Amino acid sequence: MNAPSDQKTFRLVGTRPIRPDGIEKVTGKAIYGPDFVAPGMLHGAVLRSPHPHARIRGIDTRRAEALAGVKAVVTGADFPGGAEGTVAGGETPTDLKYASIKCMARDKVFFEGHAVAAVAATSAAVAEEALKLIAVDYEVLPHVTDIEEALRPGGPILHDDVFTQGLAETPTTPSNASLRFAMTRGDAEQALGAAVEVYTGRFTLQPVHQGYIEPHACVASWQADGQGQIWCSTQGHFSVRAMTAGILGMSIASIRVMPLEIGGGFGGKTTVYLEPVAMLLSRKAGRPVRLAMQRGDIFRASGPAPGAVIDIRLGALADGTLSGADIEFKYNGGGLPGAYEVYSGVMSTLSCYRVPDANVVGWNVLTNMPTVHAYRAPGAPQTYFAVECAIDELARRLGIDPIDMRLRNVLRPGDTDGRGMTLGAIGYAETLEATKAHPHYAAPLGPNQGRGIACGSWGNYGGPSTAAVSLAEDGSILVTEGNPDIGGSRAAMAMMAAETLGIAYEKVRVTVADTSSIGYSMGTGGSRTTFATGMAVVQAAEAVIEIMKQRAAQMLGADAAGIEWRDGAAVLGEQRLSIAEIAAKSGMTGGPISAEAAIHPGGFLPGFGAHICDLEIDPETGHTTVVRYTALQDVGRAIHPDYVEGQIQGGAVQGIGWALNEAYVYDREGHLDNAGFLDYRMPVASDMPMIEAVMIEVPNPDHPYGVKGVGETPIVPPLAAVANAVRDATGLRIGDLPLSPDRIYARLQAAE
Amino acid sequence: MPSPAFHAPGTVDEVVGLLAGDPQARVLAGGTDLIVQMRSGRIAPSAVIDLKRIGGMSGVRVEAGTFAIGAATACTALKDCAELVAAWPGVVEAANLIGSVQVRNRATMGGNLCNASPAADSVPALVAAGATCVVAGPAGRREVPVAAIPAGPGKTSLAPGEFVVEIRLPPRPAGGGDAYLRSIPRTEMDIAVVGAGVSLVLGPDGTCTSARIALGAVAPTVVLVEDAAAALVGSRLDDAALDRMAEAVRAACRPIDDKRGTAGYRTAMAAVLARRTVNIARERAQSESTSKA
Repeated sequence: MNAPSDQKTFRLVGTRPIRPDGIEKVTGKAIYGPDFVAPGMLHGAVLRSPHPHARIRGIDTRRAEALAGVKAVVTGADFPGGAEGTVAGGETPTDLKYASIKCMARDKVFFEGHAVAAVAATSAAVAEEALKLIAVDYEVLPHVTDIEEALRPGGPILHDDVFTQGLAETPTTPSNASLRFAMTRGDAEQALGAAVEVYTGRFTLQPVHQGYIEPHACVASWQADGQGQIWCSTQGHFSVRAMTAGILGMSIASIRVMPLEIGGGFGGKTTVYLEPVAMLLSRKAGRPVRLAMQRGDIFRASGPAPGAVIDIRLGALADGTLSGADIEFKYNGGGLPGAYEVYSGVMSTLSCYRVPDANVVGWNVLTNMPTVHAYRAPGAPQTYFAVECAIDELARRLGIDPIDMRLRNVLRPGDTDGRGMTLGAIGYAETLEATKAHPHYAAPLGPNQGRGIACGSWGNYGGPSTAAVSLAEDGSILVTEGNPDIGGSRAAMAMMAAETLGIAYEKVRVTVADTSSIGYSMGTGGSRTTFATGMAVVQAAEAVIEIMKQRAAQMLGADAAGIEWRDGAAVLGEQRLSIAEIAAKSGMTGGPISAEAAIHPGGFLPGFGAHICDLEIDPETGHTTVVRYTALQDVGRAIHPDYVEGQIQGGAVQGIGWALNEAYVYDREGHLDNAGFLDYRMPVASDMPMIEAVMIEVPNPDHPYGVKGVGETPIVPPLAAVANAVRDATGLRIGDLPLSPDRIYARLQAAE
Repeated sequence: MPSPAFHAPGTVDEVVGLLAGDPQARVLAGGTDLIVQMRSGRIAPSAVIDLKRIGGMSGVRVEAGTFAIGAATACTALKDCAELVAAWPGVVEAANLIGSVQVRNRATMGGNLCNASPAADSVPALVAAGATCVVAGPAGRREVPVAAIPAGPGKTSLAPGEFVVEIRLPPRPAGGGDAYLRSIPRTEMDIAVVGAGVSLVLGPDGTCTSARIALGAVAPTVVLVEDAAAALVGSRLDDAALDRMAEAVRAACRPIDDKRGTAGYRTAMAAVLARRTVNIARERAQSESTSKA
């Protein structure tokens, strides 16, 4: 609605064709991680620690090995030592040492559910029985799951070789604070002192899980010649390959990873938990081995997003200008160091606003919980929650409309973001103007209802991608790429290739190729795939057009320079050669027609969203009903609007769930008390109104079709949008998530 | 790792014989609790005895206004019996809050009762309605109040060899109305944090002549709160009577703190829900009086 008027129009980009993988998925034929079966496959099972913190004195596997049907048992002792260095893993670089320990404990377990041994057997039942025969001698240690308790002197220290990184002087005593990272600009204290209003508050969030429906699962086959194959569901099969190779001390080219369809990841499937274990079992057993997690394993042992404690002071001038900020947050990193969220959290904290004087400090704190892992805009929703609630309070005190307050401070083209990137065609202001003009913002509210506004941004990424475009003999087109299709990217790739080539969408078929069949591609993460891999597809298609023009020139006996490419054909004056005609003669003009693009593009731009949340509170029970929700977002240009709107709706729902009911609940023994979807309360469909997704198209000039990443941004605003709506409905600023009925009820009672 | 034996007998006597001969055997109606518990490893029965092949075990028989609901009757199927829906809407609604549609196409009130969860949704509604159940066992059949079956979380009062054959509901009394409400953080697919079942009878002038109020998830078993009922009887359900009822409800709660709710919140919500449930039951009773008039 506020998009520039000089937009190019396209034939396919912006339309909504049926996705090529849709029928197989909705009819249950598509092969996901847990579906894959290999001939002669053994069934694996993993023994997991019942203790949140313990030293392993010894593991006796002899009785398990003696059980009929058991073909292999592995423990931490089977893992090669010395794995070190980092490997690109989606949005987060992975430290190989800790990636290895995450797959299998060595001398200590750091969280309930930490793997301590694994078995491969002729049936799943035998494997489960064998686990019961493994005797682990634990020395149970005191545990800690709370962030601030973990920092208290005299409490349990998880790792005696972890010293806080990022301090001016290297400490000499180990600490659960594994990392401090800070970003300072100007003089925050001076600015806060000069501010007209300063909001001071503390915000707390619990760990939340990505909640993908498909469990982690893989089949691994170690070959006698030292090579290996892995079939798995992942966001990045190249990083599965690199991590598995690094952990097992193999060469990267010796492992071939076949990506299966993926049933949700949200960042959580950018690492390995099972693949190296299955490879070791397969090496011992000489047969392919399947490993799959149960839901309880997923909650206990795969990465949630970090819980947080955030202290904020945010200052504003009388006109609403944000003048200074002092923000310190502590993220619950779980059992092992290496979490990336503190870095991205610091860089995201004020990423869409001009705040000249700011001090942002983040800490990663180790506790006896599963090691955190990327979850949609990792590290950003937590700090944005605090910042957007603080802005809401400042706007109230200053008597300024909350959208106007944000318009006064939001970055404009030419401004520099928290990462130091100078931003070009960003549509933050356009998105806010559209939010203000949306009928939702002016709609009347009913009794016990409140309205909340919040913004959010995510930096997005480009990253390395490879794609190939080739002609089949009949002139139909094959696109080969290396990014698992997690949100409709096959359709988007086919559309961009067809648009570039000037042919029908149905003429293009897209394959997500295994690691040995296409060049390196970073995983599907960082909201990068449609941007970067899409750009590779377009460049490969353009290269194919150049080849076809040369072939047409040969066929016409003309100079290639005079050939135009128009509507899927080589055109020279009145003469026209279609792709099918060029393909049919390719054997006589130089052979197969194919081109590859291997790129690492810059030019990516951040995403920005503004959300409006209306909710109703039952004053007698504290129950919250979201009655209307509108999510507006600068999307660059939507290639396939269905999947862009789907990303916006899905991200909003996940953020609303985070705000309202989702949380890890630990008992006093350090056991997760709600390791299942019954009591880990993600929203169900009937909890939600239709999320209205509004796409604001401010195209990215550095992408051939204007793409900006869209997947992560929409989970950033909802936490504060919901909390600000609760504030509006009740007058209560509740800084602790989740805003569950009992918490709201208790606050309402206390306020009476 | 022996798999459990599976039996699908055709008569009640066969079930009794199998159960009496194998204390580790479990009966299967819908299986929505039993199979989940077996798969999670919480229980490992030696045998599973399916009730669904037994004649009369699935479906509702209406006999002179009395309802006999076979133990294998799916919750969804209760909605197909128009007389039952008209007579005991609170019971039918309670049974159709359990799980999801898919779950309710299998789940039964008999199973909900014998699973003995303090939070079972159908049980407070049944207890409020004055339901009984027929238990078959080695000593023959006996009829007991539904409230007598749960003995604690996961425990029943059934003797070895016994199982529930059917649940019985009386005719709806003239001027009667029932209702059930529960509190959950979400809108479905959840376990009651608190549940409240109410059955009332109103005289022609709106005076409450009889009341039964039962609570779920506030004690180890369902609680029939006689003091709360007494607070209503003789009143016209005015605010003062409702306040006394709510106070009696709070006094009867003995909940625990757990992941689903704190004891304090449960107690407070029991009173809120009981009041709301009474109001729905009253509307139903009044519409009954009006339609009779």
